Amino acid sequence: MKKTMISHKVEQMPPSGIRVFFDLVLGMKDVISLGVGEPDFVTPWHIRESAIYSIEEGYTSYTSNKGLVKLRTYITQDLKKRFGLHYDVDEEILITIGVSEAMDLALRALINPGDGVIVCSPGYVSYAPIAELAGADVHRIILRPDNGFKVTPEMLRQAITPGTKAMVFNYPCNPTGVSYTKKELSAINRVLERHGVFVISDEVYDELTYDFSHTPFATLPGARERTLYLNGFSKAYAMTGWRVGYACGPKEVIAAMTKIHQYTIMCVPIMSQMAACEAVIGTRKPVEEMKREYQRRREFVVDRLNGMGLSCHKPQGTFYVFPSVKKTKMNAMDFASRLLKEKKVAVVPGTAFGPEYDGHIRISFATGFDKLKEAMDRMEEFMDEI
Amino acid sequence: MDVILELLQKDARITPQEISKLTRIKVDEVKKRIKKYEKEGILLGYRAVVNKEMVKDKESEVRALIEVKVAPQKDLGFDKVAERIYSFPEVKSCYLLSGSYDLLLVVEGRDLKTVSRFVSEKLSPMENVRGTVTHFLLKKYKEDGIEMKSAEEDRRLAISY
Repeated sequence: MKKTMISHKVEQMPPSGIRVFFDLVLGMKDVISLGVGEPDFVTPWHIRESAIYSIEEGYTSYTSNKGLVKLRTYITQDLKKRFGLHYDVDEEILITIGVSEAMDLALRALINPGDGVIVCSPGYVSYAPIAELAGADVHRIILRPDNGFKVTPEMLRQAITPGTKAMVFNYPCNPTGVSYTKKELSAINRVLERHGVFVISDEVYDELTYDFSHTPFATLPGARERTLYLNGFSKAYAMTGWRVGYACGPKEVIAAMTKIHQYTIMCVPIMSQMAACEAVIGTRKPVEEMKREYQRRREFVVDRLNGMGLSCHKPQGTFYVFPSVKKTKMNAMDFASRLLKEKKVAVVPGTAFGPEYDGHIRISFATGFDKLKEAMDRMEEFMDEI
Repeated sequence: MDVILELLQKDARITPQEISKLTRIKVDEVKKRIKKYEKEGILLGYRAVVNKEMVKDKESEVRALIEVKVAPQKDLGFDKVAERIYSFPEVKSCYLLSGSYDLLLVVEGRDLKTVSRFVSEKLSPMENVRGTVTHFLLKKYKEDGIEMKSAEEDRRLAISY
């Protein structure tokens, strides 16, 4: 047998079983897609305009590894204003290529081979693979629909071992839309504090929280020194393609992450950073308008889905719902494939977010209301026909 | 502003049932409020936004913005004169402005001659009109927040995490 050139670690990474389905969707025409993991809005004009201007002005160079001082200043000021969170502009913040890079840096900076990392399932696709790539021993907490896909202190107590070093936490959560109140977070924090578990908190959907105000994990009592706060511009400002995120946390961790960042990425493209500056200091009107729109669609979609027998919780944040397809007696992949072929509506099978979720699908309501309506009608027809 | 008005302003075809689903306000309450707004003159009508750059409409081929200088009347100010002017069907919009002139009109007609004749025969001779400047409109890019172009295509990947 031919010896592979590929490293053992990468060889062992599970291939995304869902790729085939994704290719099927991408190859089809006239599909209404409820499978998109990004806002359906274009980046607000004032942000785009500021990037164009920066290019015209000749801002085409590298920036400091940590990111433009201006951007770091704006972000830290904004965090202070919104949450009372204080981070030092020189030592406690790093601008990254979206939250994705920040997550990778964090895991590589923190993990020694065999260290335990807790992730919640269903969860965003990258956490477990990049933790494993960093050498972590990943422990998945399997969340269940009967308690609304929430992680509880009890679940954590059971999951934590003496080897547990960190937990990757994401709320509001992709794919379930679940978020946590301050009280719930405090209870979680107490368990993690007792066992000295470091928290990598992906809060990229924080602006899209609907039923209560978002509490950053780092604001909980005693949590700041054990928490890495990750956020970015993709979701709130409809800036997915710009790839700008940031990490805030204890200076030791930020310094370690910056070391890797400077050798691999050097810096985030300056035009994207300039655009992000405008996003933070410019008008918040478009952000609020988008949020209102998502909130309305949420009501509509949850109502329609439950009405047609695809039971789901009302998400507290994000633009996702994670309904059950159990009533159809089909598994998620069959459901998604048939829905695509017969009604030209695309959804993501739940198995993409954890092998246990073959009874669920993820529906994104980041789609214009007219299309959303049409998609719901088609799904209802589908449910009547099967 | 009431969210019902906001939604209707965006899409006048939206049904009370849909508004109810989006806002969780009961259908009957939605209907009741719409009736009330109609009665009070808050909701003045429901109509389509037509991109006139793309269709021929004989009666409004030519549009002009007309600045009008007006001598205000004692006790009545500009209102009475304005009313006399905006009551002409040719006048589509009429605004009172601060600055170097008083009224701004949007006037539509079938051709240059029609609009010119409106200005020279109807508008200018009016007792309190002191002067007019007519600007013929060449192209409309954006009106009432709506850009005069077809919807942008969705450039996102059809499916992603």
